[in-house]
Amino acid sequence: MAESPPAIELRGVTKRFRSRDGAAHTATRDMSFTVRQGEFVSVVGPTGCGKSTSLSVISGLAPAGEGEVLVHGRPVTGIPDRLGYMFQQDAVLPWRTVLDNVAAGPRYRGAPKRAAREQAADWVARVGLAGFERYYPHQLSGGMRKRVALAQTLINEPSILLMDEPFGALDVQTREHMQDLLLELWSGTRAAVVFVTHDLTEAIALADTVVVMTAAPATVKDVVRVDLARPRRVEEIRLEDAFLDVYRRVWDSLREEVEITRARGARRAA
Amino acid sequence: MQPEAVAAAPPPVEDAQASAPARRRRFPAPKITVTRVLLVVLWLGSWEVATAGWLDPFYYSRPSAIWGRLVDWFTKGTAFGSIWEQIGVTLEEAVLGFAAGSLAGIVLGVLLGRGRFIAEVCAPFIKAANAIPRIVLASLFVIWFGLGMSSKVATAVVLVFFAVFFNAFQGAREVDRTLVDNARILGANPRQILTSIVLPSATSWILASLHVAFGFALIGAIVGEYTGADKGLGLLINHAQGTFDAAGIYAGMIIITVVALLAEWLLTLLERRLLAWRPPSSSAAADAQI
Repeated sequence: MAESPPAIELRGVTKRFRSRDGAAHTATRDMSFTVRQGEFVSVVGPTGCGKSTSLSVISGLAPAGEGEVLVHGRPVTGIPDRLGYMFQQDAVLPWRTVLDNVAAGPRYRGAPKRAAREQAADWVARVGLAGFERYYPHQLSGGMRKRVALAQTLINEPSILLMDEPFGALDVQTREHMQDLLLELWSGTRAAVVFVTHDLTEAIALADTVVVMTAAPATVKDVVRVDLARPRRVEEIRLEDAFLDVYRRVWDSLREEVEITRARGARRAA
Repeated sequence: MQPEAVAAAPPPVEDAQASAPARRRRFPAPKITVTRVLLVVLWLGSWEVATAGWLDPFYYSRPSAIWGRLVDWFTKGTAFGSIWEQIGVTLEEAVLGFAAGSLAGIVLGVLLGRGRFIAEVCAPFIKAANAIPRIVLASLFVIWFGLGMSSKVATAVVLVFFAVFFNAFQGAREVDRTLVDNARILGANPRQILTSIVLPSATSWILASLHVAFGFALIGAIVGEYTGADKGLGLLINHAQGTFDAAGIYAGMIIITVVALLAEWLLTLLERRLLAWRPPSSSAAADAQI
């Protein structure tokens, strides 16, 4: 039997946007990386380098421009099956209760209301929100809303999971809770994860592989393996020597790019 | 008397935590009520007194005469039959116009708000149509549809339509991109996106416009009756004008005001029900606006 294709494969993806004043802006240039099934990949890079663009082309929400994007070996033309995407901004529906927000996926896919709600109740409990089923999002804290978003995404049992700085807006303690929760729910699913963040600690603590991007336009600068045993606990792992070695390695690679980005920002400000 | 298409913006949705400290200090309710009553007494009293002296009650009427006219209408009826019949006719025209106009406004507004191509094609026509002094159409409708109810309903429809249309259009356009993307990822088809994302998020915009729109529907019905009718509050006022009956004009105005306030109250109930998911916003500020 031939080896199955990687879950996600980007080959030389170049994506340009036309900005408001008509100038072309290149978000990614010749970007290539692969994600195996069951692999957790973190993508780090300087602010505004185009990390998120890689997610939008994988998800099929935006066309790739030049280059190829393959999911399960097939070129992406629309939104691939069994793909989950957790956005940076809140994407829960403010007019729906926690339960109905989580039930949205199965309902869209044609599940009867009762079955969808039962399934949703199970997921609400798994993200630790049992008892909050009938609350509206505005009645929850930011961390709880992220739990709702996580349950809403995972209820569809994605085999590809894209996450765009999902915990960026949370305070440190809540963020570590969410990271542990994510690892716990992901373990055993064999989903391929692409997790975009600019927090190095988060990137390394969660991932099997860290992909380092250059300053804009983004292209892959470095790929660093993270050989740390699982299951991991985020607040403990970051004190281990092996973790610090990886951190130093990634930071060495990233520092240059961050400095380039800063210098550009300073020039623009001047 | 051209009602401008006001885009009545809905109050922004905010976090409960964020709005809590912003809530204004409230004054004790009895104090407010007593002050209000005093103001009304002062106003009506000075009017009454003034007409006993230098103000000619023939032109300016007086509160007691207006009250007498109202009692007269409700106990003995008007020159055109029972007052309830007049109210009923005007209300029926306004409600029909309101229903048809807002339905058309919502459907077309959402359609154009989502379809960028048609929106671009239609933009100049809509701007032109909005610039027409639509009240003038009332005269045209009398020629087209005659003196009966349909010409008044048509006037109300035209006024209501634009008020609702612009808000529905804006509401459908302002839908959060992330919500739509999220729904697409979760597996929603275009129809599901329309019903589960676009319509609910446009609802607060649409409801905000419905408040204004019912007022327009009443204006439409009454102006229609003014132009030519055999029944209705507008006819009553027009008749009062023709006979130099200032008290009758005021009495008609008061009835219309009460009807409008009742409708406003019903719409607020509907709004509370439909927007139950919203954080309890600064409703004190909303009350003060009336």
